Amino acid sequence: MKILVCISSVPDTTSKINFTADKSAFDKNGIQWVINPLDEFALTKAIKLQESQGATVTVVNVGDAGTEAVIRKALAIGANDAIRVNTEAKDSFSVAKEIARVAQDGGYELVLMGKESIDYNGGAVPGMVAQLLNFPFVNAAVGLDVNGSEATAVREIEGGKETISVKLPAVVAGQKGLVDEKDLIIPNMRGIMSARTKALQVVEPSNTEVKVEAVSFDSVAPRAAVKLVSAGNLDELVRLLHEEAKVI
Amino acid sequence: MAVFVYAENINGIYKKAAFEAVSYAKAIAAKTGDSVTAISINPTDSSDLLYKYGADKVINVKDEGLKNFSSKAYAQAVNEVFDGNVIVFPHTTDASSVAPMLAIQKNYSLITNAIDVPESTSPFQVKRRAFSGKGFMHAKADAAGVIVTVSQNAYGVKENAASGSEEVKELSITNEDTKVINHEQSSGKLDLKEAEVVVSAGRGMKGPENWGMIEDLANVLGAATACSKPVSDIGWRPHTEHVGQTGKAISPNLYVAVGISGAIQHLAGVNSSKTIVVINNDAEAPFFKSADYGVVGDAFQIIPALTEKIKALKGA
Ligand SMILES: Cc1cc2nc3c(=O)[nH]c(=O)nc-3n(C[C@H](O)[C@H](O)[C@H](O)COP(=O)(O)OP(=O)(O)OC[C@H]3O[C@@H](n4cnc5c(N)ncnc54)[C@H](O)[C@@H]3O)c2cc1C
Ligand SMILES: Nc1ncnc2c1ncn2[C@@H]1O[C@H](COP(=O)(O)O)[C@@H](O)[C@H]1O
Repeated sequence: MKILVCISSVPDTTSKINFTADKSAFDKNGIQWVINPLDEFALTKAIKLQESQGATVTVVNVGDAGTEAVIRKALAIGANDAIRVNTEAKDSFSVAKEIARVAQDGGYELVLMGKESIDYNGGAVPGMVAQLLNFPFVNAAVGLDVNGSEATAVREIEGGKETISVKLPAVVAGQKGLVDEKDLIIPNMRGIMSARTKALQVVEPSNTEVKVEAVSFDSVAPRAAVKLVSAGNLDELVRLLHEEAKVI
Repeated sequence: MAVFVYAENINGIYKKAAFEAVSYAKAIAAKTGDSVTAISINPTDSSDLLYKYGADKVINVKDEGLKNFSSKAYAQAVNEVFDGNVIVFPHTTDASSVAPMLAIQKNYSLITNAIDVPESTSPFQVKRRAFSGKGFMHAKADAAGVIVTVSQNAYGVKENAASGSEEVKELSITNEDTKVINHEQSSGKLDLKEAEVVVSAGRGMKGPENWGMIEDLANVLGAATACSKPVSDIGWRPHTEHVGQTGKAISPNLYVAVGISGAIQHLAGVNSSKTIVVINNDAEAPFFKSADYGVVGDAFQIIPALTEKIKALKGA
């Protein structure tokens, strides 16, 4: 089985997010880049299928050369090879178009992604890719098993979960729970060494037009200073919440 | 031309997210001088519930083939009845899976996680969540039509009664790709993303056996419960309760954080809560810097006492 795992390169979760002085762009100064944490669940799941079913795992990223360190990390985690579509990701639609093209050309049976990237919070690329390929789509997956030409997926729903069988090829977008946190793979020396020699193919983009433009960005306004109430005076806290904040 | 809205129902029943999406669609329609048309798939609830928030028309899609959810089949169904150039979806799990597929089918722009009414409707431009709560983006749609998903609890539910009318549309869409094997859903539990009040606890609670007091406080407040990431990682609480940058992002009116230090990843998911209360025995806990109200002290003492006091207030 051929699995394609789509990874986006995002600012490390500890990053403070700043914007350029004219607020037109994210300020990348001093940012450490990591594999989108939700994509790490997807990648780990793919590696498990590689181990249990002899699947081959290709990772794909749509990004400029700056994302290669993050792609190498995915290779060190255990992906067989990688593809980078050489263009800066501009919006969900153009990224989805590139991924769909790679998926189509490679004849993958399973396209695994994260449910959402933690930078632009689109939650859009997986569904778009599924529709472009006319594949079934399972979102918010917290469980996945493959048996032949079918997969069994567990997806989170409001107030519960649902187990479904899906005909392959399919697109599955995962989140926390898809694999256990403790099973996330930290690359070891051997992995890191072998990642250097694994194939990382760079393909040129099709230059699709974007459909959404980021006009400007705002930072989060800071809160006013905290009002501390003493532990012995909880009546005051209740009063403040009731009369001042009017939330209880 | 009407502003459309996807009124999501769960097992036929409309939830708050549907009313919020209709309220939001109404706000757009008020700007453009249009009417609001809601689309719902196999609802059992009355359309009156949607008229109350401004739906002028409700199209009820009836299709046995859509009894079970499938993103693709639902996107197809919406596509069959949606003939405008703006449609609003709530950013719930299911609806947010349908919207991107519809965007491709329609060749429209998709803007997700909108948190306010659009700044402009032509071109469509709106403020949206970005960087997991660490920033905002003003996004502009470039295509002829736009699909917008609204972040839950961001705009709110606003009554604005319309004298609506209903149309039933029979469809027969086949869903051959996915089959439901098992469906587990508890109806009684408050949905974390919809909740107006959330009581959340962290590693400071020491162990899962101590969550009773958290649930008691949540009960008197009519709140949903949440937790920090490590708490769900070690299995004290289910993953569905994990809030933060890598869990759920929420924006309740009141967020009560008990025994949570306030790491940047946690804050990202909760800092759009309107009011934040922090209870922590360490006065230096970073969370106090991002709180509106704080109590420095032992949660094991404070929480039961606070619960009694709120009970007294509510009983009064
Ligand atoms: C990639 C990545 C992603 C992450 N994503 C998330 C995320 O989405 N959400 C998230 O929450 N975290 C996330 N984290 C983890 C985050 O960095 C913190 O480790 C985590 O939030 C800490 O959880 P905590 O506050 O429950 O525990 P701790 O940091 O251990 O804090 C416990 C707090 O309880 C207080 N306390 C102890 N005893 C008492 C008592 N008796 N009464 C009152 N207070 C008491 C302590 O003073 C302390 O402040 C992420 C980390 C990484 C690396
Ligand atoms: N530039 C990218 N390259 C490869 N995969 C991506 C890219 N952007 C998004 N994805 C995938 O799509 C998922 C959802 O991203 P988004 O729709 O941007 O929130 C991510 O978790 C990735 O799996």
